[in-house]
Amino acid sequence: MSGSDGELFARDRRRHPPALTPDYKSTVARAPRWPLLSIEGSLSETTGPVFTAADLGPLDADLLRNHGDRGDPIGERIVLHGQVRDQNGRPLPDALVEIWQANAGGRYRHAKDGHLAPLDPHFGGGGRCLTDASGRYAFRTVKPGAYPFRNHGNSWRMAHVHFSLFGTGFAQRLVTQMYFEGDPLREQDPIALTIPDASALDRLFAPLDLDAAVPLDCLAYRFDIVLRGRRQTPFENRPEGL
Amino acid sequence: MTSRLPPDPETVSQTAGPFVHIGLVPHAAGADHTLVALGAEIAGPEATGKRIVVTGRVTDGLGAPVREAVIEIWQADANGIYPSPEDPRRAGADPACRGFGRVATDPKDGHFRFETVKPGPVPGRHARPQAPHLNLWLVARGVNVGLATRMYFADEVEANATDPVLGLVDPPERAETLLARPDGDGRYAFDIHLQGERETVFLDA
Repeated sequence: MSGSDGELFARDRRRHPPALTPDYKSTVARAPRWPLLSIEGSLSETTGPVFTAADLGPLDADLLRNHGDRGDPIGERIVLHGQVRDQNGRPLPDALVEIWQANAGGRYRHAKDGHLAPLDPHFGGGGRCLTDASGRYAFRTVKPGAYPFRNHGNSWRMAHVHFSLFGTGFAQRLVTQMYFEGDPLREQDPIALTIPDASALDRLFAPLDLDAAVPLDCLAYRFDIVLRGRRQTPFENRPEGL
Repeated sequence: MTSRLPPDPETVSQTAGPFVHIGLVPHAAGADHTLVALGAEIAGPEATGKRIVVTGRVTDGLGAPVREAVIEIWQADANGIYPSPEDPRRAGADPACRGFGRVATDPKDGHFRFETVKPGPVPGRHARPQAPHLNLWLVARGVNVGLATRMYFADEVEANATDPVLGLVDPPERAETLLARPDGDGRYAFDIHLQGERETVFLDA
């Protein structure tokens, strides 16, 4: 197998949120009740789709410009950047990173979002890019606002950006959310609190990265992402004939 | 705490939420989104193999439709080759089969539909072939970690009988939840039940 070496490390599900987290009410009728069926990895899990620059438009990673008439959206201008690597610390080049977020007022450009805050004619809230040769990605956007949602009586989502990641194997597929360092809503956000391990949640908080800020233009936050690593064993246990 | 290698834990998952379309299926979020959808065509018109159409519905534990799910499809071509550098046989892959697709469930009734070609059998471990199948991955509001499953073909009786994954399902009756029913003319029906009596088998691979 080229570049990487076979099967993926087992996912440590004790760090991930469990399926059923009743304080986040939407999980109650949607969480599977049966345990997941554990299977050994095969080509169906170790292979995955390939994306190239031909799949993307020139402004896809620039949320300050990729919607409507290309005018400036309202809000705090930021660069979101980081590195995608695997559990072995290897950078993942050509990984597709997709993001979506609310605008600076906490409103999504989505048919189903009825929040009072107004839409911004200059902001779509979706973006994507491929990581470079050293696994790095960068977006330009505005800092999203917090918003209320119908969970408990006075429940709020802290400011966040949704991230979707592809590795080289389909079983590395991950969606997560990035939060901003120091957010005072952390301890009451029912979705963040689905994560049982506070240190795992800590890693979703992007620190301010002043050195990556563009003077007189944009602040910057850094969010590194780790996908499942691949096993490298001296005694290979791979399908015969491959 | 036990010590463990490798040193880096995987970044943990969070739900994709109800507005996932903005990022993954932009046109489903509203007509004014202009990012071009990825995964709109799994297999082009030139792809070899039998063309199939899969339709189904995603439901929750109460039988209610899941109206804002996104399903991804990853599959081998008609010869069982994945168009991925991780497949050592890739040089022989059908260039017209991208193998990747994405669909959103219908915001009214939770239905989905996609077209592709039927994949061939894929080699498994220890030279044991796997029956033809599509790999599926689902996210939605209320789903904390994306759910992986497989869609097999009920009319592949012989191949299914020796498939290593179907053979692991316990109790064995639940393997039915992974079988798409043929409906004539290359049409297959495959529902996904997140919970309840007919809960789909989800995989930890």
